[in-house]
Amino acid sequence: MRRNVIIKTVSRFLVPFIQVYALYVIVHGALGAGGGFQGGVVFAASFILMIIAFGLTCVRERFNYKWIVMLSALGITIYATIGLLCLIPGGNYLEYGSIEALLGIPHLHGYLIDAVEIGIGITVMATMTSIIYDMGDTGGESS
Amino acid sequence: MIGSFYELFFARYNYWMAIILMLIGLYALIAKQNLVKKLIGLNIFQTAIFLFYISLGEVRGGTAPIYLPEGVDALYVNPLPHVLILTAIVVGVSVTAVGLSLIVRIHEEYGVIDEAELLQELRRR
Amino acid sequence: MTLIDHLPVFLIAIPILASLLILVAGWWDRRFCYPISLVTILSQFGAAVIILAQVMREGTVRYYLGGWAPPLGIELAIDSFNGFILATILLLSVATVIYARKSVEHEIGPEKTIAFYVLFQLLVTGLVGMTITGDIFNLYVFLEISSIAAYALIASARKPRSYLASFNYLILGSIAGGFILIGTGNLYAATGALNMLDIARLLPASFELATVHAGFLFLVIGYSIKAAFFPLHIWLPDAYAESPSAVTILISTVMSKVSVYALFRIIFTIFTTAYIVDVFPVTGFILFIATVAMIAGAVIAIAQSDLKRMLAYSSISQIGYIMFALGVANQIALEGGILHILGHAVMKGCLFMVAGLIIYRVGTSRLSDLGGIAKVMPISCAAFALAGASMIGIPPTIGFMSKYYLVLGALEAGHWVYAAILLLGSLLAVGYIWRFIEIAYFRDGHDGGSGARTLEAPASMLAPMVALALLCLLLGIFVEGLMEIVGPAASLLLGGA
Repeated sequence: MRRNVIIKTVSRFLVPFIQVYALYVIVHGALGAGGGFQGGVVFAASFILMIIAFGLTCVRERFNYKWIVMLSALGITIYATIGLLCLIPGGNYLEYGSIEALLGIPHLHGYLIDAVEIGIGITVMATMTSIIYDMGDTGGESS
Repeated sequence: MIGSFYELFFARYNYWMAIILMLIGLYALIAKQNLVKKLIGLNIFQTAIFLFYISLGEVRGGTAPIYLPEGVDALYVNPLPHVLILTAIVVGVSVTAVGLSLIVRIHEEYGVIDEAELLQELRRR
Repeated sequence: MTLIDHLPVFLIAIPILASLLILVAGWWDRRFCYPISLVTILSQFGAAVIILAQVMREGTVRYYLGGWAPPLGIELAIDSFNGFILATILLLSVATVIYARKSVEHEIGPEKTIAFYVLFQLLVTGLVGMTITGDIFNLYVFLEISSIAAYALIASARKPRSYLASFNYLILGSIAGGFILIGTGNLYAATGALNMLDIARLLPASFELATVHAGFLFLVIGYSIKAAFFPLHIWLPDAYAESPSAVTILISTVMSKVSVYALFRIIFTIFTTAYIVDVFPVTGFILFIATVAMIAGAVIAIAQSDLKRMLAYSSISQIGYIMFALGVANQIALEGGILHILGHAVMKGCLFMVAGLIIYRVGTSRLSDLGGIAKVMPISCAAFALAGASMIGIPPTIGFMSKYYLVLGALEAGHWVYAAILLLGSLLAVGYIWRFIEIAYFRDGHDGGSGARTLEAPASMLAPMVALALLCLLLGIFVEGLMEIVGPAASLLLGGA
């Protein structure tokens, strides 16, 4: 693929905005339209844009496969751990209200939902990126 | 006569659109020989179902189901089908990814992705 | 709330965490994968047994995720029917994971073992989720989790043909998934509910709607594709024959049974017998197709030249027996059908394990290359004979008991022609089982020259196989104990307590 200076410059400019927007979508999961799935996909889209503009090898050097697997494991661990923590005060799985009642902090359930959404977002982002990596890998000449 | 015809087709055009799209997808799945085109057909098929769900949740004149400040009355669309479809979209993405990677493998092994040629190749081995 | 009350959610949450643990621990050392997987599935099995005991003692166990009660939230509901299925599938999963250890090293290659165990764990988790969920959309989600894991596992044989088998299964499985999704949407449009019990409560008001009829057909056809019910079975022979042995065992015993379970659940719990008998009479049609499946599957199985492919077609025939119970739809036949879900899982698991052992040692499963194999693999062939006897339905095996109840049920409902065809189907089973026995015991080939050399596989592969073969016999002898679970399960499906 011929390197195009316009594509490179524009994507370099766009990527931070896409990522900030993704974070905005993720943390809006508790109170508005948004959530981990959507935000995670938007975040992964920023990586895909980078891969299109700068090539797979360049992106892989900075964000390698091991990191991706670790991150996807981390995301689900956050989700499952918070779910299981809710069992300690006697609630059901993911019953945020039980932790809030135990600690007495108002609106804690909102923060917990945010934490769970962040976990989902991390996993979705990592998984989408890993799909792109794997696809790009086996396709022969594709940098 | 005209009234019932209108009732059947135009009053529910969203469902008809979903069905037509679904059939296009199914046609591609069955009739196309190229494996990638089959997968594209699968995606069209799934998208039709997503549209069906999303139009289920539609309420005429409704707004996005976001909690408005007190005192503001609003008619909300039903958010549940949208949430369900979000999950189904994720499933669709995963299936497409698995399918594409299988096609890559098949291409590596046989050098073709056309079903008729693939059968020839299989018979030759 | 004690820890026991949280067991249903542990059944799903812990294995998902464990599959990630396998992924991460596998990086340190590949040898960690197997113990983690074994411990997880064993503890799942233990939990399933505890839950089943609790269900039998106190009635249905319900668990509300997030503390939200059903109309709003998702519930996990375990009654005597799915408690029984849950224990069955986890028993088979334990046997498979023990068996898988050596077979995976041999067939998939050591560098892919991590991926295998992760996918295996996810597949089992998806199937467990399908079994215990009380929410119809959740059923779809877990179905897709298990299907995607299964597509990848079938392709993991790394043979060119297995990619093609997996791709065909993926296409058909996704069409099935799409149909199930539409059916679920139709039910939601008609009732506004997703919880199974809520739908069952609200549905009679709209029984006459075309939406409901369409939803019913979409759901039944979708799950029939997944369960490989006769005319919709074309993905099955390739998928079973081309995948690695351990995967074949798991998908043939566990996965197809869970799809059949989902079909039973949808037809009996959601639509209830009132719908399928009076409003939209399909039982006669299902009965007809089921008998065609029994005969056609067995006839095609006799014509096969490959052991694994023969067993795959036999599975199609056996699914017909289970669906036969659905078509008769009375207490006794359903008891037989539910018993056959367990019985077929145990005996088909054992038969596929024998096929896997033969591939492990001889390297092929072509019947013509297996002459005299019994002289070098005596234990395996004995296990095959025992499980095969159960498949045919020779007393006192479990296969006999389930067919006995099926025939009794059919006679009670007055379908004596169908009962006769069922017995004819058993006769055809003799055809394909005897074919292997004859080749293995009475033909020459493998004894020449090698003399006393034995080709029996390692103990970790033999043990689960022998255990399953003995179970075929023991379950048949002690069927009284089983009936105490199966009886309530059948009456629960028919709308009783």
